[in-house]
Amino acid sequence: MSGVRVLVGTRKGAFVLTADGKRKDWDVSGPFFGGWEIYHVKGSPADKNRLYASQSSGWSGQVVQRSDDGGKTWEPVGNKFSYDGKPGTHQWYDGTPHPWEFARVWHFEPGPDDPDTVYAGVEDAGLFRTADGGQHWEELPGLRTHGSGPSWQPGAGGMCLHTIIVDPAQHDRMFAAISAAGAFRSDDAGQTWRPINRGLRSEGIPDEDAEVGHCVHRIAQHPSRPDVLFMQKHWDVMRSDNAGESWREISGNLPTDFGFPIDVHAHEPDTVYVVPITSDGEHFPPEGKLRVYRSRTGGDDWEPLTNGLPQAHCYVNVLRDAMSVDSLDDCGVYFGTTGGQVYASADAGDSWAPIVRDLPAVLSVEVQTLP
Amino acid sequence: MIRLVLPAHLRTLAHIDGEVELTVAGEVTQRSVLDALEARYPVLCGTIRDQDTGKRRPFIRFFACEEDLSHEQPDAELPKDVVVGKEPYLVVAAMAGG
Repeated sequence: MSGVRVLVGTRKGAFVLTADGKRKDWDVSGPFFGGWEIYHVKGSPADKNRLYASQSSGWSGQVVQRSDDGGKTWEPVGNKFSYDGKPGTHQWYDGTPHPWEFARVWHFEPGPDDPDTVYAGVEDAGLFRTADGGQHWEELPGLRTHGSGPSWQPGAGGMCLHTIIVDPAQHDRMFAAISAAGAFRSDDAGQTWRPINRGLRSEGIPDEDAEVGHCVHRIAQHPSRPDVLFMQKHWDVMRSDNAGESWREISGNLPTDFGFPIDVHAHEPDTVYVVPITSDGEHFPPEGKLRVYRSRTGGDDWEPLTNGLPQAHCYVNVLRDAMSVDSLDDCGVYFGTTGGQVYASADAGDSWAPIVRDLPAVLSVEVQTLP
Repeated sequence: MIRLVLPAHLRTLAHIDGEVELTVAGEVTQRSVLDALEARYPVLCGTIRDQDTGKRRPFIRFFACEEDLSHEQPDAELPKDVVVGKEPYLVVAAMAGG
């Protein structure tokens, strides 16, 4: 019987949650790497048992863990992330130049065909790649060095490369997003990059519609329609119908268009999910009500999904990598909160139930659909 | 034999129980001791010293014989009691957790 495996990264370790296709009874294992920050755990689409975890701490830096058995056992692999050449400077929060310094891996994106190939998005923003299962990492410097890098600046969480999409139709086409620089596209497998931010407007930068400088929080794509991209920006939910050449706002009737994650239904490319958050100063849901909003029209028209979610006194946040969908017939939707809850919906968001309630603050949620 | 004590999170990472005993060829310095440690436990590479520069990570401290050696030269010889194994060399996670 098919099932799902939910990979959860938290402030104090990783957890693996598994269930059969009904998604009602869950087995919880972990914490793995207890005490360490696990920014992201993700499985290879080419080998469901191959997982990669980003383990880090302010004391001891970056460790990369790999599992070859679906998360039962783990082994550390290479953790050396050296920028190509002299990395130079980016802007600090006050606009002064600041040296480029590696801090941690925010996101792993395993390649679509090869479990040994993985892309890593890091802070300070850079894109790395391994072709040997994580033993060695090399930067793809074309993104960091394309020209606008000295004007990039960190978002509140650091200057992170948090989104990597390998186009499922054309593997040479890739998308990446950086806080706070914006969205970028490569058409040659990551060798060269260009900004794709036309249509974005952001307060807090001198030129509101500048080519770079936008605090993009997340980009999502449906594999059946790779030219359509959905973006949760710092403020504004955006959509592109031409692979990022231009964007238009689709915030519509959302109660607030600030937020972090955005994701797309596995079988309905116009069904999109966001979690509105009050503001950049108040990182909790409006009115203390945790509501996922779903659009079935590709944006503009949104409905609140509340069944099973706390509708009073809820002041958690949902971070950018903490939402995911499975690909079972009834699409499952999952998200984790900074309060340590991981919620699951087995009916595309109509109803929700917590899988776990009391984990450390959740940083990331990924789902694997198992045969 | 050099005795070395790691903070708990690094002992867990490297699957170490208790102290580490290291044989160091040549002069016993902070650099040579940490080189020997990383050679035996490669997973510790980058967790104590930056892999590119070799510098101590900011939130890691080095103590021995009731002295803070964090800012000593990495090639300075360690105290005699560490060299003869009477006292351990301590790798310490800075108190930053509240």
